[in-house]
Amino acid sequence: MKILPLSVKNLARKPGRTTALVLLTAFLALAVFGGSVITLSLRAGLRSLEARLGADIILVPSEAESKVSFRNMFLQGTTGAFYMDASVAEKALEVPGVEKAAPQTFLASLKADCCSVKIQVIGIDPSRDFTVQPWIARSLKNELGDMEVAVGCKVGAGIGETIRIYEQRCKVTACLEPTGTGLDTAVYCNMKTMDTLLAAAEAKGVSHRISSGDDSVVSAVYIKVRDGYDIGDVNTALTGKLRKVTAVRTRSMLTGVSDSLAGISRTVTAMIVVIWVLAFVILLLAYTLIVRERSREFAVLRLLGASRNMLGRMALYESAVCGLIGGIAGTGIAAVGVFSFSALIEGSLGLPYLIPGFSTILCLAAGTILLSVAVSALTSAFAAWRLSRVNPGTALRDGA
Amino acid sequence: MLLQADNISKTFFRNTGSANYFYAVSPLSMEIRPGTVTVLTGRSGSGKTTLLNMLCGILQPTEGRVLMDRTDLYSLDDAALSRFRNEHIGVIPQARSAVDTLTAEENILLPARLYGKDPPAEKARRWMENFEIAHLAGVFPRELSGGELRRMAIIRAVIRDPDLLFADEPTGDLDDENTHRVLSALHDLAHGENKAVFIVTHENDAEKYADRVFRMDRGEVFPLA
Repeated sequence: MKILPLSVKNLARKPGRTTALVLLTAFLALAVFGGSVITLSLRAGLRSLEARLGADIILVPSEAESKVSFRNMFLQGTTGAFYMDASVAEKALEVPGVEKAAPQTFLASLKADCCSVKIQVIGIDPSRDFTVQPWIARSLKNELGDMEVAVGCKVGAGIGETIRIYEQRCKVTACLEPTGTGLDTAVYCNMKTMDTLLAAAEAKGVSHRISSGDDSVVSAVYIKVRDGYDIGDVNTALTGKLRKVTAVRTRSMLTGVSDSLAGISRTVTAMIVVIWVLAFVILLLAYTLIVRERSREFAVLRLLGASRNMLGRMALYESAVCGLIGGIAGTGIAAVGVFSFSALIEGSLGLPYLIPGFSTILCLAAGTILLSVAVSALTSAFAAWRLSRVNPGTALRDGA
Repeated sequence: MLLQADNISKTFFRNTGSANYFYAVSPLSMEIRPGTVTVLTGRSGSGKTTLLNMLCGILQPTEGRVLMDRTDLYSLDDAALSRFRNEHIGVIPQARSAVDTLTAEENILLPARLYGKDPPAEKARRWMENFEIAHLAGVFPRELSGGELRRMAIIRAVIRDPDLLFADEPTGDLDDENTHRVLSALHDLAHGENKAVFIVTHENDAEKYADRVFRMDRGEVFPLA
């Protein structure tokens, strides 16, 4: 069998034709790989969010409603400066059906000399927290000590480094795994450290005082409802018991995100399908035209003793090589685009966005390349099969 | 090798309103013997090329058999028939028949390379020198004239040393000198190397080189000499 060298010569000595086929396949691969990565990233972001947001209800001061969007606050991790009495957590536990109540305190650093970076600081109580702590525990074996912080993956500080917040030096003891949300830009500390930071902020004129004058404050309390209790009923009970506190059900927010995600996912999938159907037709037409243009060449080869099978293999080799090169190029370009502009994509979608792991990306890339090769081979094989049925004498005479 | 056409015919569909099928080649039997040059003449559209295509194994007759020694060509499957053509039959087609992505020399050596045989480069060079196209070995077909392409096709047809050689208007693009050179070469192949040569031509001079001459008219074949 010596058809392969002939295929290689055909590809190399018809650079215009080869480039056109490679570009067409590259465009397809780009659409599939890019679209798939975006869809998977959105799904991974939602899963990460669901895992992190284990709370059924979140309590915030009533004034928070006018200061911050709850959706952004809980889904993107954008915190605000609002406070309520720390005793809200204990009081919430007295409500029937409340299994856990985990307080968190928020503080924003300043873009000023007193702070090395402008970040959100979130104080948690490791003994009670069930939302952020499991995520922190994956990167930090011990509990957060005093004046120690765990930083989100986008904060830009390494383990062992020190960051300055309101003139207080905090040591970075852990870098957290990405979540695909705004929490990746926050730092986490225990409540004692937070009290120190709040006092330091007070000294710089950033007040966290509440009307009762109590020093012990929290920004939000995350509630886990006991099995067998209706979340709506517990929500109503909490609203009734706690004054100047708003209870927000997380399910409604997650459902909203999930709906948005499903919509985007459907759109991206539909686009991929449309592109592939169009591309399949275009490739089929392209190969039909090319094979027809090469009818004389095929006829000569038949005349010289090439079998139909050999001609089919030749067409298959050539299209598979174009598919392979196009698939690799398209996937590569899409990878560069999607990964380089992930922050921009994340920002413009406004949804949790978490790029899948390396092995998933590798499988996706391999699948895309395989698909490119398969579609190229399939479309050319059909055209070549039809032509191989034509009588060489007729093809030579008609093509004369 | 002796080639026998046993009562072969070819009909084609043509929507004429009255009779939809017509005979391009009416039933005929003939032999093409080793060591002879057989020439077939006739007007355009008389069925000469159709007959040649059936004899050389690329167009299945509607009826009848084509036998090479004892092998019925059209009883072979495509792979076997293709290989048989490659090894035993050389064809010089009427039309331009070069593979555009290969040089003249690569085109000539293509029949050998199709099945992984050692390309007879020395033999190719001798033939190219003889036909005065040795200097065009590395040139692509688009840069060759009609006559040069025709000479290239002739060398390609003989390069595998076939038992039967079919030539469809082999001198169509050639001047008198090259016409004489090609016809002499085909005659020498028949008489010197015991090949069976079958030539379809309008060239009157071809009859001088023939052992047998047939004329074809409206699908029917008549012996002339």
